[in-house]
Amino acid sequence: MTVAPSAPLGGVVQVRGEVLSVRRVGAYAAITLLAPGVAERFRPGHFVALAIGDQSSSMLLRRSFSIHRCQERGVYGGTVEIVVSAHGPGTQWLASRRPHDPVDVVGPLGTPFALPKEPASCALVGGGYGSAPLFTLAERLRARGCRVDIVLGAATEERLFGVLEAKRMADSVTVTTDDGSLGIRGRVTDALPRVIERAATDVVYACGPMAMLRAVSDVAAGAGIPAQVAVEEAMACGIGVCMTCVLPVVGEDGVTRMVRSCTEGPVFRGESVRWADVGTVPADCLGAPVAAGGH
Amino acid sequence: MTVPPTVRPVAPHSADVPEPAVDMRASLAWAALPNPVATASGCAANGRELARFYPLSRLGAMVTKSVMLAPRSGRPTPRMAETPSGMLNSIGLQGPGVDAFVQQDLPWLKSQGARTIASIAAGSIDEYAEVAARLALAPPGTVTAVEVNISCPNVEDRGLVFACDPHAAAAAVAAAREATDPSIPVLAKLSPDVTDIVSIARACVGAGADGLTMINTVLGMAIDTTTLRPVLGGVTGGLSGPAIRPVAVRCVWQVHAALPDVPILGVGGVRTGLDALQLILAGASAVSVGTAVFNDPGAPLRVLGELRTALAERGFERLRDAVGYAHRALGDGADRIAPAVPAGPSLQDFAPDAEEAL
Repeated sequence: MTVAPSAPLGGVVQVRGEVLSVRRVGAYAAITLLAPGVAERFRPGHFVALAIGDQSSSMLLRRSFSIHRCQERGVYGGTVEIVVSAHGPGTQWLASRRPHDPVDVVGPLGTPFALPKEPASCALVGGGYGSAPLFTLAERLRARGCRVDIVLGAATEERLFGVLEAKRMADSVTVTTDDGSLGIRGRVTDALPRVIERAATDVVYACGPMAMLRAVSDVAAGAGIPAQVAVEEAMACGIGVCMTCVLPVVGEDGVTRMVRSCTEGPVFRGESVRWADVGTVPADCLGAPVAAGGH
Repeated sequence: MTVPPTVRPVAPHSADVPEPAVDMRASLAWAALPNPVATASGCAANGRELARFYPLSRLGAMVTKSVMLAPRSGRPTPRMAETPSGMLNSIGLQGPGVDAFVQQDLPWLKSQGARTIASIAAGSIDEYAEVAARLALAPPGTVTAVEVNISCPNVEDRGLVFACDPHAAAAAVAAAREATDPSIPVLAKLSPDVTDIVSIARACVGAGADGLTMINTVLGMAIDTTTLRPVLGGVTGGLSGPAIRPVAVRCVWQVHAALPDVPILGVGGVRTGLDALQLILAGASAVSVGTAVFNDPGAPLRVLGELRTALAERGFERLRDAVGYAHRALGDGADRIAPAVPAGPSLQDFAPDAEEAL
């Protein structure tokens, strides 16, 4: 199976967006923003970077969110929907927005999921609200004649996202929770091998916590199929200039580099990420510091 | 000395008013810039990402990320921590090395119409000379000025920060100046983490620096109170953003007071046109917008527009008349550093509400 390469540094806009609605969904807030120009350029896997507060805000760094839904022509213009887990002051600020509040939006950002060129059997795996970008992906895959199986997992039922949505669009939906409050008790990777076997999966797509992506990549590799994973790394800018969101990735040439998850990613081939070395600079990485005071 | 312009009261600005006519041309030593607003090293990469938002030719200059001799991976993650009105970073000068920069980035920047201030860094005096020499192989016209970063706090050994010692700073600057085309001005980028920044500035100018960039980040640290460990992979990091603006204004002020003829590129916490104006009034000939770009990719051009308006509102017809103006406002013959504090409004001015306020 071949997947089309996607070009980094695509078209992007900075717009003064406006909140249309904030809905509570389980443990999360789904925020719909009027953001002209973003939806028109959107492909599944893209994300947006939002400014917190106004120009006098003491929180300078943007918060990045994968795009859950996009509508090119709403009543008021193009809209994007994101899913927020309000666990810090920035995300709490976002989740407390009211309709018509302005929010500065930069997007769409990142390298999106690569889609199969021919109809294929695709398994989509989401952890918690990390599943947010999988539903537009599922739609595009279905439109290409692909089979779509969705696996959603979370710690508890409340922290699952998009189960009903998944049931509306997928050939099969498998749900796992750590505490067994819904679906299979366990992890997504406990259920994934059976899905792959049953659906004769050609490619796995995943988005969620890094530990889950690592485990999903391992399962896919074990089954001999490629995985496309959207990573979560802390970003200061989202646009590729700050160099904070790097992780060790093996290139086509076999060389490991510290690459930015905002521009080269967030979607990577699962086997290209050196999961065990995330958070470190591997000694064989291009330009790694020489042990004794070389730099 | 030119005659100070007549300063008139500041009037509120309306969005309907057309762009005011102010001569915004700026210069850093003999490098002429169409306007005084540049990016800051490490906050705009080498231009390709920002070029998606606006033409780089509209910037006064692009200051590129500090480049070293060899490719460099930088430090482990986490590399960033948000702090009040700022951020800490421990990137560690990640980059592709000077040869790739010269072959790929500089010609591309020129093709975009950008004026490039190339920032270079090194771990030794010899390496400064070597990086500058390789940079000198760049196609003619691709480098407007060279910024010698002698103050990056993310080297493994803090003792290696050249900008903390006048002799080391001078040696690094001299090595870079020697290897650089004499027609290209060299700026030395100073650290605020020193006891006496004026003595470092003097040493750099004495060693051949044609101008100074002030300031680099302030060394800081954050500890995660959940994990009970340092937040940054590099443990300590550079503090940037509006939190450090007063430090930048002070450094520019002190050095301009001591070396009024040395051009200064002011950097540190510029988020608005008035922030930029502060640095210019303190003595900066041009201003870099750094961390604010992370918040607002369009910040440099917004700051430029706001600065132009702010200058017009204050009766300045030319940017260069505002450079160091705050020193003049102290009055002739005053060699004191602290300005007189103007008498504030007295309570009598607010007589009806004064008691409530108390």
